[in-house]
Amino acid sequence: MNILAIDTSTNVLGVGIASNEKIIGEYITNIKRNHSTRVLPAIDFLLKDCGMDIKEINKIIVANGPGSYTGLRIGLTIGKTLAWTLNIPIVGVSSLKLMAASARYFDGYISPVMDARRGNIFTGLYEYKEGKLMQAVDDQHIPTEEWCKLLKTFDKPVLFLGNDVVIHEQVIVNQLAKQVQFAPITVNIPKPGELALLAKDLKEKNVHSFAPNYLRLAEAEAKWREKTN
Amino acid sequence: MNDLYILGIETSCDETAAAVVKNGTQILSNVVASQIEVHKRYGGVVPEIASRQHVEQITIVIEEAMRQAELNFSDLTGVAVTQGPGLVGALLIGVEAAKTLAFAHSLPLIPVHHIAGHIYANRLVKEMTFPLLALVVSGGHTELVYMKEHGHFKVIGETRDDAAGEAYDKVARVLSMPYPGGPHIDRLAHEGEANIDFPRAWLEEGSYDFSFSGLKSAVINTVHNAEQRGETIEPADLAASFQTSVVEVLVEKTVRAVQEYQVNQVILAGGVAANKGLRNHLTERIAELGNVDLVIPPMNLCTDNAAMIAACGSVFFEKGIRADLSLNANPGLDLESFNR
Ligand SMILES: [Zn+2]
Repeated sequence: MNILAIDTSTNVLGVGIASNEKIIGEYITNIKRNHSTRVLPAIDFLLKDCGMDIKEINKIIVANGPGSYTGLRIGLTIGKTLAWTLNIPIVGVSSLKLMAASARYFDGYISPVMDARRGNIFTGLYEYKEGKLMQAVDDQHIPTEEWCKLLKTFDKPVLFLGNDVVIHEQVIVNQLAKQVQFAPITVNIPKPGELALLAKDLKEKNVHSFAPNYLRLAEAEAKWREKTN
Repeated sequence: MNDLYILGIETSCDETAAAVVKNGTQILSNVVASQIEVHKRYGGVVPEIASRQHVEQITIVIEEAMRQAELNFSDLTGVAVTQGPGLVGALLIGVEAAKTLAFAHSLPLIPVHHIAGHIYANRLVKEMTFPLLALVVSGGHTELVYMKEHGHFKVIGETRDDAAGEAYDKVARVLSMPYPGGPHIDRLAHEGEANIDFPRAWLEEGSYDFSFSGLKSAVINTVHNAEQRGETIEPADLAASFQTSVVEVLVEKTVRAVQEYQVNQVILAGGVAANKGLRNHLTERIAELGNVDLVIPPMNLCTDNAAMIAACGSVFFEKGIRADLSLNANPGLDLESFNR
């Protein structure tokens, strides 16, 4: 079983290949550069380096949001077109869950963070239980302050992680003080190897209708709904 | 020579489209998923919503195009895709899908310019004879393109502000017509009389460029002034007067270019080619010139589709135009950059 993992949810570009429960290759960059010119060349490069042909891939996993709208669509379009044309299954997983997966040995809750502008974040709450990553609170689009107030009601330490945490650090510290911990920079970068491992237990998606989980309406639609309600 | 089978993919605006064309002229399939109903409530195409729709349609549309063509990927010669111009987020979906298919099946990837595609839609109807002149009119474009041979483009005139189709949609909004307003104005214009004297923007002597924003403002002012005076203008007359002004400029500039460049064939392309006023007037004027051939493709080939991209891609393929896996969508793509 060869699994191809693709993550383009944030500025991090990640491609990974797992072969029979073993991660055999990862390609990661953490720079602000156009994904559209780089994802397929990265897949091509990694496959070649691993001595593998694209037709030997048996399953695809894509981090399907939330995240950058354009970024998500690039990874998803590549993933679903590959899955459809190679006639292999595709699965998707929360981009926040993928981020949380890096904090395997943290004893407490994990809150992965993506900036959503104007004091808002995309986040969710996760926890490793007996080596398995479990969801404690659903992924959501929420003001940072409101999120922290919710976390205060839990009596467990919370690890914040992600490249965008710095943007909200002050608010988080003010609200949560000693309850909060921040991840080291290496943990802030989602790992495509972790993504490949997450593919195991997931249910296959309908390849045609598979779309990003944006967690937020398009601005025009939100305005239209406001006006008509 | 072997037969050429090109899969075309087009997602530059609000249609998700895929098609297979044989030898650049024969349509084996031509599938279009229109988003018009989705965008109607917003009064125009919303780029973010268009992009979201494309992701959900892209594999369905390609699958249907391949099924109708009764081909496998191993039968294809190459994959052609609209690289630009258009909405960048929308273009990206087609570009990524095309690159992925080219990669998965080791097929050549051919980038296509959207306007070149519109022009090549004509080749699916009738062989092109050079030199020719193409008038491309749509919601996003108004261009006069001269071609001395296959795959060689010279833009001799383009709009300096609004595209003709854009002006139609804006005037339709003033008349409280639903989006897209072009067809409504066209229909209404035939019921009215062109009795309001709107400006014609001829621009400098000898220029083949267009400008429709002055005309659009004149129409809006006329409506507002009438409202203030408590008068009513017959909408059909307004539509007829507006249409006459647009069509006259488009047709006369085309006729002048036909004479200056001594072309054998005139091609009308783009969504506005459906406009009856434009078709009729252009047909009349070109007929007066004598031995110039006018080609107007059927409606489904005038509006955005992928058969035109595959048709153009077939010519580009033979010219050796290729892209690699780093191909990016380019909303401001230059037509003449494809000349070889
Ligand atoms: Zn078009």
